[in-house]
Amino acid sequence: MDFANIKKVLDVRCPDLIDTDGDRPSIMVKPESWGIVSNLLKTDPDLTFDSLMCLSGFDLVEDDHLGVAYHFYSMDKRHDLEVIIRTPKENPSIPSIANIWRAADWHEREAYDMYGIIFEGHPDLKRILLPDDWEGFPLRKDYVQADTYQGIIIKKDKTYWK
Amino acid sequence: MKLTLLEKFDQDNIIMGKLDELINWSRANSQWYFQFGLACCAIEMMAAAAPRYDLERFGAMPRATPRQSDVMIVAGTVSLKMAERVKRLYEQMADPKYVISMGSCSNSGGPYWQYGYHVLKGVDQIIPVDIYIPGCPPRPEALVQGLLELRVKIREETPFRKTTAAE
Repeated sequence: MDFANIKKVLDVRCPDLIDTDGDRPSIMVKPESWGIVSNLLKTDPDLTFDSLMCLSGFDLVEDDHLGVAYHFYSMDKRHDLEVIIRTPKENPSIPSIANIWRAADWHEREAYDMYGIIFEGHPDLKRILLPDDWEGFPLRKDYVQADTYQGIIIKKDKTYWK
Repeated sequence: MKLTLLEKFDQDNIIMGKLDELINWSRANSQWYFQFGLACCAIEMMAAAAPRYDLERFGAMPRATPRQSDVMIVAGTVSLKMAERVKRLYEQMADPKYVISMGSCSNSGGPYWQYGYHVLKGVDQIIPVDIYIPGCPPRPEALVQGLLELRVKIREETPFRKTTAAE
């Protein structure tokens, strides 16, 4: 199925829960309805998105929102879909889909690690790349680089360049 | 390297020489290195160890544990999380121990010097470094030369005397 048909199916199955982002072939979902929609994407016989290809966090600078983009693929039906969820930067919270697609487990941990997005219901939400005692979420655009970590000076010493 | 023979007995297989030189000779010719592949420099290190460049002809063979190694080759970007581990592994090596910093990243932070919020700007911030090998990544020839330079350095040591070798 192409995007228009997937959108049509979703409009029938869960009206008012999905939205589109201009002309982009992707659907926007609100965090509170993501639990219903994600289950539908996996289980609906017309959709059967059995593979989560990628899950990426991002920082929307202009309206103080963080976001997550999901890319799904159906091995069975050979179609794909992009889902985008936005969440406010003050209290970023999105339901976890790690119990539906196991691939989401580490991807959600990465998005938490870099952007501080809390995935509600994740089995083990902790940092995956950075050390556990790291402060801040470095891929946020307002991240300020720390001076030291465990006594190590992070900033490059350029005094001897002169 | 030739040992300075003080005396040689013709019939028997006995030589007399300086203990310092003997010790240095054995140390310099068996640099078992701790394979420390952290990033793309590790690929060059593997190439250097493989038959085409063959580090083993210099007596350098890879070890996977700090307990058995004499030289630590820090090959790659040292992140702050890894820095802690690098230091701990260095402390677990038995004396005498040497460190080769391979590539721009472990020398000085490399391409991450400005925006690398998580990168250690030079492994010499946490452990003493004997040889720096420039390059991004250095070619295997450069690593071989680094090991040979370390050899020269080891030969100048005086493990049994307080004086320097420059007599």
